[in-house]
This record gives sequence, structure tokens and C-alpha cells, in this order.
Amino acid sequence: MIRESTPWGRFWKEFRENRVAVAALAVVAAMVLLALFAPWVAPQDPYDLASLNLADARKPPGFMGADGYSHWLGTDAQGRDLLSAILYGLAISLQVSLTAGVIALGLGATMGVSAAFVGGRTEAFLMRIVDLQLSFPALLLALLMAAIFGQGRSELTVALVAAQYAYFARTAHGAAVAERSKEYVEAALSIPLRPRTVIFRHILPNCMSPLIVVATIQVAHAISLEATLSFLGLGLPPTEPSLGMLISNGFQYMLSGRYWISIFPGIALLVLIVAINLVGDQVRDQLNPRLTR
Amino acid sequence: MTPLLEVTDLATHFLTRAGAMKAVDGVSFQLAPGQVLGLVGESGSGKTVTGFSLLRLIEPPGRIVRGAIRFEGQDLAALDERAMRRVRGKRLSMVFQDPMMTLNPVLTILQQMTLALRAHGRLPLPRIKDRCVEVLTLVGIPGAAGRLDAYPHEFSGGMRQRVAIAIALLHEPSLIVADEPTTALDVSVQAQILAEMRDLVGRLGTSLIWISHDLATVSSLADRIAVMYAGRIVEQGPTSQLLRRPRHPYTRGLLDSLPSRTPPGRELPHIPGMMPSLLALPPGCAYAPRCPRADARCAAAPEPTALGAVVLRCHHPLEASAS
Amino acid sequence: MLGFVIQRLGQAFVVMFCTSILVFVGVYAIGNPIDVLISPDATQEIRDQLMTRYGFDLPLYQQYFGFVDRLLHHDFGTSLVFNIPVTELILNRLPATLELTLVAVLGAALIGIPLGMYAGYRPAGAPARIIMALSTVGFSVPTFWIGLVLIFTFSVTLGWLPAGDRGETVRFLGADWSVFTLDGWRHLLLPAANLALFKLSLMIRLARAGTRELMLTDTIKFARASGQSEWTLLRRHVLRLISIPLVAVFGLELGSTLAFAVVTETIYSWPGLGKLIIDSIFSLDRPVMLAYLILVAFLFIVINLLVDISYAALDPRLRRKA
Repeated sequence: MIRESTPWGRFWKEFRENRVAVAALAVVAAMVLLALFAPWVAPQDPYDLASLNLADARKPPGFMGADGYSHWLGTDAQGRDLLSAILYGLAISLQVSLTAGVIALGLGATMGVSAAFVGGRTEAFLMRIVDLQLSFPALLLALLMAAIFGQGRSELTVALVAAQYAYFARTAHGAAVAERSKEYVEAALSIPLRPRTVIFRHILPNCMSPLIVVATIQVAHAISLEATLSFLGLGLPPTEPSLGMLISNGFQYMLSGRYWISIFPGIALLVLIVAINLVGDQVRDQLNPRLTR
Repeated sequence: MTPLLEVTDLATHFLTRAGAMKAVDGVSFQLAPGQVLGLVGESGSGKTVTGFSLLRLIEPPGRIVRGAIRFEGQDLAALDERAMRRVRGKRLSMVFQDPMMTLNPVLTILQQMTLALRAHGRLPLPRIKDRCVEVLTLVGIPGAAGRLDAYPHEFSGGMRQRVAIAIALLHEPSLIVADEPTTALDVSVQAQILAEMRDLVGRLGTSLIWISHDLATVSSLADRIAVMYAGRIVEQGPTSQLLRRPRHPYTRGLLDSLPSRTPPGRELPHIPGMMPSLLALPPGCAYAPRCPRADARCAAAPEPTALGAVVLRCHHPLEASAS
Repeated sequence: MLGFVIQRLGQAFVVMFCTSILVFVGVYAIGNPIDVLISPDATQEIRDQLMTRYGFDLPLYQQYFGFVDRLLHHDFGTSLVFNIPVTELILNRLPATLELTLVAVLGAALIGIPLGMYAGYRPAGAPARIIMALSTVGFSVPTFWIGLVLIFTFSVTLGWLPAGDRGETVRFLGADWSVFTLDGWRHLLLPAANLALFKLSLMIRLARAGTRELMLTDTIKFARASGQSEWTLLRRHVLRLISIPLVAVFGLELGSTLAFAVVTETIYSWPGLGKLIIDSIFSLDRPVMLAYLILVAFLFIVINLLVDISYAALDPRLRRKA
């Protein structure tokens, strides 16, 4: 088959051999689709306050509500259908985390590669900052930024980006340092190509492999971070309940036996992160040159 | 005289996703006590795998699928792992190619030698130190006693390899397998180590299997040479005979391509083509596609036949006249 | 080696210095520094008092010196909520966090490293796959969610362990510790397990990856060729070699554990620093926030320093770089 001889084809072929990873990928894809189409898939719009019936609040899974809906996963404290709330929450969690992740990747990679390219004091200075930040736990950083800037989607995104760009910067820098001493860079520069062109069109693509590895770790990390912040009450405002907030809201009811308000959003979060990590594991194993025998 | 080592029909295959890779496929040779055998071949010929097989260091997906390795009254291929461990390092040891990779960078020389010594019995520390200084001096490391607490990176490449050789000699083995021990070293150091090993082996009476891709290196050291191609020995015999009157076309080709054999200014002869992939060996003689003397008979794999002092796998041996 | 340590100490001091400037500038950047120290509804009189006392009417660099001076004298002001000196408040809460973090971290290392090494030694076997699967889950699950599950299982459903608060304490070296009492351990077990899970999974994965890579190297082959037993290989070679990256990650993760202690303490109502900072953020108790920030920065510099030194102690190749 001609397809297998392309790098993509080979990658996918080897990927397919790990059935767990393929299943995980399917799960991730399914969840992303569900989140994308949440407004059409969810039986109820959890933000539509008018459709909420307080009498239906805190009802167990399987309960048939007054409005004719069957609440598969029960209802929460406000009478919202939990399944719908989870789907919308999933969408919000994914949106925020992926946006922050992509921005962090772009910023960090550019910074790392540019630093490696420029060299000298600038490089040392920039990387020192990155190193310092890397040793500072992302959660604390995000916490402090949330404390300073307050709640809100853009504030949260900024906090997430600030907490994550350093990983990408460091990885990109390391890879770029290895690349810059290679001959093709010298050749490109002597044509002469503009430094910007060399950075973005030559060096950066060759650094993609380790960056992908870090990205796979960071995606799950971002989702987890966002959920944690929301759980603590520092993330998104209550009007945009992400999965973390749903879990937090339901925490108090757990001790009195109404576990579903917390546990089901928790399971959704868990499944998402585990699936992403499983896919990430397989991708990482395949991209690791030291494990190729 | 009973040979120290007698390998009969050794075959080591690697079972990969793409099929069985027959790295070694029917290798037989003997080694007398105190003899030096040069195992020569290009990359992928199976020489390193042969060396590893002797020490039973083949890991899955590789396996010794058939054959016998008779050594000091035992068949190493049939031993269980515990018994094999008692042989390794004690009666039979190995030196690897790159000493920077083989020595543990975070342990001192003394610590590593202690581990190797204690692998075969308890020894008190003073005795250990004495023995270490003894072998280190033997391999030509000056001021050995003062260097026991040094780390590998504090030595030069040549010195490191000497340390590795010293470790191989700790238990006075009767056979050492050296896998390209000088390839990773500077050319000047190569010659030194070569000379030192020749001297050592002569003095201690240790047998040596020197694995190399370089016929020239091996020829100054070995009593016998075995040339490997695609997992099989195609020709083996006394060094002088092999060098002056090679009987196998491949050996001939190798010799002819040695730079020292070509006058300056003339084009260097080379063997056309490439060694076949070990996953898809042709059914007959593996060298046939590249051999100028091949014909229909070569579709059947040649068995090892003795021609005088030489054992050959070829249907069309070269004439027994001076080259 | 000594030169290396001194050099690193010097660097640490420089970083601390820079951090103090950063914090100082940060405090000013957010707004009127007075607001960090007093409640927004304090009277003008108190404001003026504090302004003179802390020298806010002085030129900036003099204020900085005052700031550093106060730092060195552990004067972080008074908590707006508790009305006691912040230093005292923090010292009260510190032992609780310390014992929680230390138990979690030690547990994670002592259990995780052997498990990971085994999984790396026999990667294809069933136990290894189970270990890796569990570690993936432990790695992925957000700490707070595990806390939920643990409380739900062991407290609500099974009723074996309490769902929060610290147990009985014993006075030792001037502070109260609960690790010395059985009741203390009953209360400590769940939060420590919760906190340890992420690190445990990380240790398992790292140990496995390192072991797996190392088993393929010539170093191990050479050692095996000299007759050393598999046990010796693992203990004297592999463990020693993987400890280098493990220590680095361990040290860095120490900080992360401190961070996640914030979450764990919140869930389990554990009276430590983490809970304090969350409460402070919500109650806008700014003196406490500031002190926490400085304390954490200091702690990180110290941790980094210790990791650097351990790195050099473990890897002799690094000792040359002075």
C-alpha cells in the first residue's frame, strides 16, 4: 500500500496496533463531538432558567421529570438535568483548555526556538526565566493569577497560558539547540534566508516531535488544571459551569448520599483525561527514538 | 587436542513483526586453547550476534534456535540461566565496542570491578583492591592503585577500553570475546591496544575471538580467521592461508578492497551490490547475487566443505594458487 | 564538590534577591501597597499610622530596604481575618502541611520506585501492564476528584476512616504533630494517599521508563557479561542510574505537591497552609497572601538548591562544572 510509506501512514499503522490507544482515541473523538454538538444533543438547555423546575432538584438518576424528560443522570441542586449540564460543561472545559493549550504552544515554542536562535545573553536570560517558572507549580501560579486578576473566562485562559507556556518553551529550546548546530541551518542562512524564515520554516518543524510529546501531556494537564481551579471556585464564573464547577457544586451533597451530582461530572472528567493520556502515551512511545529497536 | 570451544550449527533468529531475521544461520567453528580467532564480516553479517550468542546475551525477540556451543565440557546453548551466569565473566568474558557506553558513568572503577569480582564469590576488600591493581597494571594503566577511585569519564578513550579489558580478565577466563574493541578508538590508540592484546593473550594463554569488520586489523593478531556473510561463515582457515590464497570469492573481494593492496592513484576495487536483508535471504548461496562466478548450481546453499586447512561454503572455490 | 555547593548557594542568594524585588514591585503594581496590609474599611487615622510606620511616604528605594528589613525580621504584618501576626499564623499551620506533604512524598517514592522498576524490568508481563494502567489513571485524575472518591468510598460508604480534620497531636520540638498518634494516622491516611497518588504515578512511570531504557544499554549488557546477577544489575546499576532523573523530578514535584496540598487540605478540612491560603484568597486577607507568596518563593529556591546539589552528588560527571 502506498499509504504506508508516508510518515503519517507508518505512524498510524503502528498506532492501530495498540487497541487500547485506538479505543481511547475513539472515546476522545466521541467526547469532542458531543461537546461540539452539545446544544443539539443535550435533552435540556441547562442555562435556560425558565425550563428549570426546582421541584425536580436533587433527584436521582432515571427520574422522570415534570416536563416529560427522563433525567438519565439525575438532576442537580437547581433542578438542571445533569446529563445536559455535563455535556455543556464538557464543552466549556474543552474550549478553555484547548484554547489556552494552543496559545501556550504557539507562544512557548516561538519563544524557545527564537531564544535558541538568537543565543548569547538574551537566550540565557529568557531560559532562566523559563526555568524559574518551570520549578514553580502550575497550580500555584494559576491560583495566584486567578487571585490577582479575578474570575472570568479570559482571565482563566491567561492564567492557564502563563502556567503552561514554560513547558513548551523549554522543550522547544532544547530541540532547537540540537538543531541549530546542524548543517542545514547554516546552509539556509547562507542562501541567505531571513532569520524568521529559518526559524519558522526550517527549525521549528524539526522540533515538532518533542513538542507533540509535551502537547499530549499538557492537554490533559490543562483540563485538569482548569477543573481544579473551577473546583476551588477560582476559575470560571458560576454562569459558565465547567466540569470542575459541577463537581464542586455537588460536593456538599455527597456526604448526604446524593452522590450523582458530583460523581457523574467527575466520571466524565476522568474518562476524558484518561483517554487523552492513553492516546498521548502511545504517541509518545512511538515518537521516542530511544525505544526503537 | 580437544578444542576449548566447539560451536556446531549455531543459529540465532530474531522474531520481529516483519518475520524471522536469521542473524546467524548455521555457524560452526572451533577454537583451541590459546588461539586467536578473527571473526570478520561487514555490518549485518552476524558476527556480533555470534559473539553475543556465545555468552547467551541474546534477548527477546532473539533466540538461539538450534546448535551447540561446547565449552569446557558444557553445552552453553543448553544451560539454564543460573548455570550460565556462573560461566559468564568467570570462564568466558566479553569486551564491547565503546567503553564509554559499557562502563557505568556514575560508579568508580573500583566499584565496578568489585561488582564484577563479587559476582563470582565473596572477597574481602583488601583482596579485591589487590586484584584490581594487578589486572589494571597488566593492561598497561600506570599508577593503578591511585586511580581506583576515579570515574570512567576521567580516563581517555584508550584507557577506558583497557579498564574494560581488565574487568574481562579479573577471573582469568579461558576465552575472551572482543566485539570490535578498537573501532571506537583513535587510530593511534587502536594500534597500541592491538599490540597489547596480542602480548597479553600470548602471556596468559587466553583464547580470544576478535570480532571486526576490518580484515587488516584482525590479520596481525589472529591465528585463524572466519569470514562471515549473511549469517553464515563462508570461509575459515589459518590466517596466512586465507590472506595469501583466499578460496571464497567474497574473501577475495574483501582482500582486494583493502586500501593497502591497491597502489596509490589506482581506483579502489569494491564488491558490487549489497548484502541481502536478513529477513529475506535468497534460498541458495547468499553471496550469489554479487558473485562473478555464480551459476545455476548456486541456487542450492553450499554446505561447509573442507579444502585442505580451510573450510569453505562455495560451489566455485577459487584456485588454490597464490593470488 | 565544595566549590560547586558554594557556587550554587551564591546563585540562590541572587535569585532570592531578585525574587524579593519582584514581589516588592508586584505589590506596588497591584495597587496601593497600603491595601495589602490593612482592611479596605479601615479609618483614615489607622491608614496614616500605618503609612508612617511602614514608611510609605518615603522614597521607593528606602521603602524597599524597609521591606527587606521587615522580611528579615519576619514581620509580615497582621492577618486581617484572624487578627494575629501573620508569622505566628503561618507557623501554627506549618506542621500540619509539613507532615501531610512529607508522608505523601515519602510514601510515593518508597512505593512508586520499586513498582516502576519492576514494570520496566518486565514490561510485557501482566503485572507490569496493570501497574501502568493504574498509574495512567492516577496520573490523569485530578487530585480533587480522587479526594472525592476516597471520601465517598472510605468515609461515607465504608465508614472506616474519618472524612476530615486532623487527628490527635503530640508536642515535639515546639510544634504539634499528629504523626505520633494512632488517631493522627487515621486522619492522615486519606489525605496523604490522595496527595501521594499523582506523585506515585509519576514515580512509577519515570522509574519504568528509565529502567526500560537502561536495560537495553551496553552498560547493563556488559555488567551481565561479567556474571552479575539480575538483582545486582537492578540494585547497583539501574537504581543508581535512574536516581539522577528521579531526584530532579522528585525535587521539582515537591513544589507541585505543596501546591496540590492546597486542594487536598480544602477537601479534607486539613488545618494547614493550603487551606489557609485558599481561605485568605476568598476573604482577601492580603497580608497572608503576601507572606505565603514570599514563603513559597523562598521554599522553591531552597528546593532548587537542594536538587542541584543532589544532582551533582549523584552524577560525578557534573562535578567538574564549577
